[in-house]
Amino acid sequence: MKKNQTLEKIVHGIFLLMGLITVGCVLLITVYLIISGIPAIKEIGIIDFMFGKEWASTAAEPKYGILPFILTSIYGTAGAIVIGVPVGFMTAVYLSKMAQPKVKATMESAVSLLAGIPSVVYGLVGMLVLVPGIRKIFGVPDGASLLAAIIVLAIMILPSIIKMSITALDAVPKEYEDASLALGATPIETYFKVSVPAAKSGIAAAVVLGVGRAIGEAMAVMMVAGNVPNMPDSLFQSVRFLTTAVASEMSYSSGLQQQALFSIALVLFVFIMMINAALNFFLKREKE
Amino acid sequence: MKFKKLITVMVIAVLALSAFVGCGAKDNTEAVSTDGSTSMEKVIGALGESFQNETGISFTYNPTGSGSGIQAVQEGRCDIGLSSRDLKDEEKAAGLEGTVLAYDGIAIVVNPENPVEDLSLEQIAKIYKGEITNWSEVGGNDAEIVLIGREAGSGTRDGFESITETEDLCKYRQELTSTGDVITTVSQNPGAIGYASVASVKDTVKAVTVDGIAATEETILDGSYVVQRPFVLVTMAGTELSEAAQNFFDYITSDEVKEIILDAGVVPAK
Repeated sequence: MKKNQTLEKIVHGIFLLMGLITVGCVLLITVYLIISGIPAIKEIGIIDFMFGKEWASTAAEPKYGILPFILTSIYGTAGAIVIGVPVGFMTAVYLSKMAQPKVKATMESAVSLLAGIPSVVYGLVGMLVLVPGIRKIFGVPDGASLLAAIIVLAIMILPSIIKMSITALDAVPKEYEDASLALGATPIETYFKVSVPAAKSGIAAAVVLGVGRAIGEAMAVMMVAGNVPNMPDSLFQSVRFLTTAVASEMSYSSGLQQQALFSIALVLFVFIMMINAALNFFLKREKE
Repeated sequence: MKFKKLITVMVIAVLALSAFVGCGAKDNTEAVSTDGSTSMEKVIGALGESFQNETGISFTYNPTGSGSGIQAVQEGRCDIGLSSRDLKDEEKAAGLEGTVLAYDGIAIVVNPENPVEDLSLEQIAKIYKGEITNWSEVGGNDAEIVLIGREAGSGTRDGFESITETEDLCKYRQELTSTGDVITTVSQNPGAIGYASVASVKDTVKAVTVDGIAATEETILDGSYVVQRPFVLVTMAGTELSEAAQNFFDYITSDEVKEIILDAGVVPAK
């Protein structure tokens, strides 16, 4: 009996430790980002840093304004949502409510496959197909632009939106739909007026998840967006996102430039935290 | 009882952490580690391989970029740092010492469809500063010039901008993070111009002559091809290298490896 209890305790300890590793990692990253991100913000001044329109980190008189990056990240993500959400949402409604089981199985595995493609592959295809395509179709000198990034991001967020929406739609009790149909509503009316409203917090969570994925993506975007720190005032402008601002300069950076990159990472981290909080809010509401 | 459990957990945690700490120390005596410029990958890789074959001492190269490599030497994280630019005065003041291993020409590349064959250094500077924006102004087709460059901090960009005196003035359309990306992008866009190490220029793009001189071994070494930069080995002055690292240093600066350096597409300094 005693032996058993000791064993229990040891196992309990091991499990606790494993759990603590995850929590520890989160804490470590948070603390590290705050410690390394604050000094540059202090030195540059938070107003100049967040709202400065010019970034020239290696110039003789360096300028560290990240407003172009913040706006680009917001526009890029919003654009991806505008294109990706309708497509993803309709796909989810079709797969969950209308598709034959065989079609559903095939399409769901296609969606999973899309989720599994590494982002560098998206970037490569974007660079070789999408960027020259935009140049030819729109007759602009160069296709690497905000638009190219938006299209790549829209495709990248599809799987998470589709999968989460399907889960939410599948969870709507069949009785709701049966009742609606029995009252004489057509199937389409039923899906959009009964099923979708019943699953709305799940779908909202799917959108938020998509936002999180889009704002955090670096590799694919770096290969198609052009990476020049311009203000994003045109769809065909070469732009730099928050993620790519950190990734593209980190390898060669030093001094205040490097600290400023950490500060950008901190800003991005705050954004992601806010998105996560929103996600938790929607998921919690769905449970209740 | 609860207290005891807590103690157990803490002991386990401490033991686990100490296991991680144990991994940190590494033995440097029988290995040479280099760290730095991605542009030097080809040449240092070839040299490292032949050194390893001849001496059996293992060699590592960490392609992080000139700035990171210099920092790594300073912090003692590697034996020899690799920089594709001259050391800055502040870096020399911090006790670093540079030895030029080779010279690398920076090729100015355009799309093969572009009829322009030659540009002067002044024209190149004007193009990158945005004063010349159409290919017809330098004898090409009527098409907008698309400027492709590297990211801030890149050795190639630093080299190119300091040679053409366009620091902080370049109006880039795209800032890409690797030589390969620059070549690919220029090969995709008929209006594009970019710059890259001569060694990494492929058939998919066309290197133009600068002031009528093509980038070749002779023109780079005698200085007549002007767009060129040094590949520098960085060490800490006054700090003795490990025996293996000193061997490596002597080996790669010796005459017998000239062929290897040439094969890698750059020109040996001596």
